[in-house]
Amino acid sequence: MSSGHGHSDGATVKERADLALNNDFLRKAVKFTTERLKGGKLKATEEHGNWEEWRERGKQIRLHTIAHLDYYLNLFVDNARANGVHVHFADTAEEAVHISLSIAERKQAKSVVKSKSMVTEELHLNHALESIGVEAVETDLGEYIIQLAGETPSHIIIPAIHKNRYQIADLLSEDAGEKLEPDTSILAGYVRRKLRAKFLEADIGMTGCNFAIAETGSMVLFENEGNARMVTTVPKTQITLMGMERIIPSWADLEVMATLLPRSATGQKLTVYMSGITGPRRSADADGPDEMHIIIVDNGRSLQLGDPEFQELLNCIRCGACLNACPVYRHIGGHAYGGTYSGPIGAVLTPSLQKNVAEWDDIANASSLCGACYEACPVKIPLHEMLIYLRRRKIESGHGDKVEAIGMKGFATVMSKSGRFKAALKLGKLGQKLVARNGEIRIKIGPLKGWNSVRVTPSLPKKSFRDQWGTMEAEIRNGLKEMDPDMKNRMEAIVKDRANGGGHGHG
Amino acid sequence: MKVSLFITCLSDAIYPRVGEAMVRLLANYGVKVEFPTVQTCCGQPAFNSGYWDEARATAKTILEAFEDCDFVISPSGSCTGMIHHYPKLFENDAIMYEKAVKLQSKSYEFTQFLVQVLGVTDVGATFPHKVTYHPSCHGSRLLGVKDEPLALMSKVKGLEFVPLPFAEDCCGFGGTFAVKMSEISGAMVSEKSDHVKETEAEVLVGLDMACLMNIAGNLRYRNEPVRVMHLAELLYEGVKQA
Ligand code: SF4
Repeated sequence: MSSGHGHSDGATVKERADLALNNDFLRKAVKFTTERLKGGKLKATEEHGNWEEWRERGKQIRLHTIAHLDYYLNLFVDNARANGVHVHFADTAEEAVHISLSIAERKQAKSVVKSKSMVTEELHLNHALESIGVEAVETDLGEYIIQLAGETPSHIIIPAIHKNRYQIADLLSEDAGEKLEPDTSILAGYVRRKLRAKFLEADIGMTGCNFAIAETGSMVLFENEGNARMVTTVPKTQITLMGMERIIPSWADLEVMATLLPRSATGQKLTVYMSGITGPRRSADADGPDEMHIIIVDNGRSLQLGDPEFQELLNCIRCGACLNACPVYRHIGGHAYGGTYSGPIGAVLTPSLQKNVAEWDDIANASSLCGACYEACPVKIPLHEMLIYLRRRKIESGHGDKVEAIGMKGFATVMSKSGRFKAALKLGKLGQKLVARNGEIRIKIGPLKGWNSVRVTPSLPKKSFRDQWGTMEAEIRNGLKEMDPDMKNRMEAIVKDRANGGGHGHG
Repeated sequence: MKVSLFITCLSDAIYPRVGEAMVRLLANYGVKVEFPTVQTCCGQPAFNSGYWDEARATAKTILEAFEDCDFVISPSGSCTGMIHHYPKLFENDAIMYEKAVKLQSKSYEFTQFLVQVLGVTDVGATFPHKVTYHPSCHGSRLLGVKDEPLALMSKVKGLEFVPLPFAEDCCGFGGTFAVKMSEISGAMVSEKSDHVKETEAEVLVGLDMACLMNIAGNLRYRNEPVRVMHLAELLYEGVKQA
């Protein structure tokens, strides 16, 4: 990671988004892949046949686990230690980095091969390893590309989603010192050959963890390229970094997760490789590390525990479906979000992990609150509501925009009394005389500047609905038809049912 | 049975014809709609921007307006959806909370009311045009209004329905989002208009005037000759023509 965080420039989400919106390569690449993944997911969930029920099961498993997280974490740790794993706890990113570096130093490591770890991105661990002279090599194809480019991932599961085939071929050609054709199998073949040597010489294998199974102290990895298998078996020392919320109680729960995650992520029925690792190599094992460490990272996660509005964030299984479904993400890509995690989950997670309302929350404004993320989420996290809570917390903590606050006060004053609303409409009709032509307003100044640069605004008609109501009501009363008795019965039944606690379906 | 109209501030001010279409259509079934004039706005702009005190001040007009009716109907899935947020908004006020829960249980988006409550899918309309439909996010995702509008349109004589590609994608309105993040919003609405154009439909219908104002505004800006209307308007016009 040569350029530090590797984000696009720009101080605010808006500035970074504007840069992305002017980058046609990025927009085309992101659109192409998210659409493919979204389509794949749709097909896979339809084929599943019982998706909604499984989604609910997934949610319940996650809710239950997080509600009893200390119990399951203890169980996991006890079992992992019994399996011979060294378990460490890190409250902060710095601690996690410190623990990792101490292991590397003790092992006199020269190189680390890595796979599948957004947590190490969160900790900026590669940078730290390099600072003590340890080479860190990403072995997932997408991560390898991003590392070559000196960037950070712009998607949770497709780190190089913002690059097209030709850009990738250019990067890899430079790495190879020869021209490689922009053909996926050629490019992947080159990386595989290149990495084989790295695997053999690496002192440490480092991975993340998709799920940690409390009942046996095992950690489970999902992957498609087979490299995580190499990372966890070839080097003599293995370090797993996992967020403290990665736990699930049992292997039976894993069945549900193994159904939900790949389908949501890529539309695959099952992931290509699923490895369960229970401790270091035993004498009868053919391969595996001699020494195994698991570092359990908090880094802001426990702040969500006991917070009724945000605890469900810990239910996330990092499938990326919310990114693929998000129309904002599709247009601006991941770097515009400015944090390690992007898209809807990133927009909520980044400020929440840091309890930093003032600085980060402008990400919360980069959403139309369309709810596509919630609909896509295999464990039903209400991200669209959390975005509103974040916005509210900013206002409550006094970090709101002063001009907007005055506007909102005015809005409440006008709208809290219908008489004032009526008067405001009258005023509006007077005021618009200056700018409205043929029922339209096209000026591009003031609050209409952004809106009217791609739109035309309708002006207020002569009479509002409330102005017309008197006449309309009289006409309707005269022409009213008799109600069909069946219809009347239906309505009465609904009202009665409601009184008995029934109600119509609420989202 | 008392059925009251929650017109929404936008339709009240800019699109009164939508309210009129609803009221007149329902009169054909013997439903005499009431219009309590103390109502103003559901409070969503303030709520979504994080100004909950301001949202509560506004929401109170809605709670008051519809306290004593049996059904509340609205031409907007989004504003009906806002009513579904009232219990959360008033969670620290036992009396208002109870009112909020009651209001939520009797609030319906217009096509929900027509199809689920009245049991009507064929309003007897004729509308010989090529029509496409944008399902607004809040109505379809949060209220679950998906089949109702399609069922209603399928019974309209002469109507040729063309599905909108990527119909479920947000149009980019999002209230203050369209102002605060105008470039992103602009990219989203432009993409939506492209899809509308692809269908070669003469008419775009929807169930939410805010989204339709957004899309129509962009189509008009681009001089695309697509007529944009609320489904209630289409049905009412179709009934008059039949
Ligand atoms: S929030 Fe839901 S959809 Fe998004 S990454 Fe997490 S689990 Fe997947």
